[in-house]
Amino acid sequence: MHKLTIPLSDEVVRELKVGDAVALSGTIVTGRDAAHKWMIETFIKKTREPRGDDLQVYQTLKPLLQGGAIYHCGPVVAGLDTGEYRFVAAGPTTSIREEPYQGDVMRHFKLKAVIGKGGMGAKTLAACQEVPAVYLHAIGGAATLIARSVQRVVGVYKMDFGVPEAMWVIEVQDFPAVVTMDSHGGSLHAEVEAASRAALEALLAS
Amino acid sequence: MRDLTDAFLELVRRAATDLPPDVEQALREAREQEEPGSAARSALDTILENVRLARENSTPICQDTGTPLFYVHHPEGWSTRALREQIRAAVAEATRRTYLRPNAVDSITGKNTGDNLGDEAFPTIHFEEVEGDELIVDLMLKGGGCENVGAQASLPDTRLGAGRDLEGVRKVVLEAVFKAQGKGCAPGVLGVAVGGDRGSSFLGSKEVLLRPLQDSNPNPALDELEQRLTQQANQLGIGPMGFGGKTTVLGTKIKGMHRLPASYFVSISYMCWAYRRRRMVVRGDEIAYS
Repeated sequence: MHKLTIPLSDEVVRELKVGDAVALSGTIVTGRDAAHKWMIETFIKKTREPRGDDLQVYQTLKPLLQGGAIYHCGPVVAGLDTGEYRFVAAGPTTSIREEPYQGDVMRHFKLKAVIGKGGMGAKTLAACQEVPAVYLHAIGGAATLIARSVQRVVGVYKMDFGVPEAMWVIEVQDFPAVVTMDSHGGSLHAEVEAASRAALEALLAS
Repeated sequence: MRDLTDAFLELVRRAATDLPPDVEQALREAREQEEPGSAARSALDTILENVRLARENSTPICQDTGTPLFYVHHPEGWSTRALREQIRAAVAEATRRTYLRPNAVDSITGKNTGDNLGDEAFPTIHFEEVEGDELIVDLMLKGGGCENVGAQASLPDTRLGAGRDLEGVRKVVLEAVFKAQGKGCAPGVLGVAVGGDRGSSFLGSKEVLLRPLQDSNPNPALDELEQRLTQQANQLGIGPMGFGGKTTVLGTKIKGMHRLPASYFVSISYMCWAYRRRRMVVRGDEIAYS
């Protein structure tokens, strides 16, 4: 078990290999479909003018994301009426939907870890090698268990995206995950897909 | 007619937080199959621990509490309009109590309604009048990750060499499991409808998932195909979460439907391991849950 604390250094990231179990601690930010589209269009490709609180949110999140982790998660949150937020259920969502955006987001913010489920593709794997960074696979559906590693909700941004899509800043302690894509080009997802493709071809021919 | 809003709320709570025993049993058996020390086994250990915690704390098993799919079987004389209102009120209250995540997003504006009440299909409520004096309501919560890896094939498919027969069905289902990899939160359960039009076929592929996991299909040919598909899907080696391993699916359920001579659809609904479904039976003043 590798105990990791954010911010992550290049050295720590490079030591991590596919298959390593990790326990991550520190401040991380949730971001999924709406957040990735917003970051790319407004700050990276700049095809959309910043409006409302966009620039302010960007300035706040930038130092948290640098050397940090983004978590593909749409939580169930208590305390929406009082603002005393508490994560009730917070498992990962399917990461592959962010494949068109993720690599560029990682390079722009110097993100060292992407947490999600189901794995990602070649573009993200290339960014993992360049930045360097890792993809951490959390257990899909294990929402109550993972919520227990969330010690505190520090803040929330872009609430207009809705509760699941908003960017939640949370402090986690020993968040459990497995490295399935590393900074050396290793991807468990590519391996499993290749092996299962061969098995499928045999079964289709039988 | 009595107000069943609280009873529906309890049905939602149970569905979201308390995994049915047949599914938990299958997950336990899957755990025993995987190599000690493997990522697959460790994933199943985490899943089982999460199931226990969710039940103990009455918190959602998975944060994606999915599309609520209600199947209401009512005797003659019940008002489906009143039942719909009560179900919708219960769903909104369940969201306030964090049994459900606000999941209804307007596709045109991108706005989340915040209470899980969307158009007439969100939550989805199917009504069917039945004989007898019991009101039977099944609720299934189906998350987006597994819904996204569902598939529909139109046979014949030359690419796969899949013709209009059960052998063709086998091929397209295996390909769908391969394409899903771990993205639908494997180990999943396959609901398959053979026939129908595109719409009824997908509905059938979900309804068939209401069957108990360990039952057998009364049609011997379909029963054999269900077992064969489960076994062969597991030979793909995708494993829990796509980590590699022996358990890719926990079971397969198939139903045949009538089709047009010109069409032959095969619809596959993939249900994640967090196979949340619960039943409520109202008999006079008694309300029972299972």
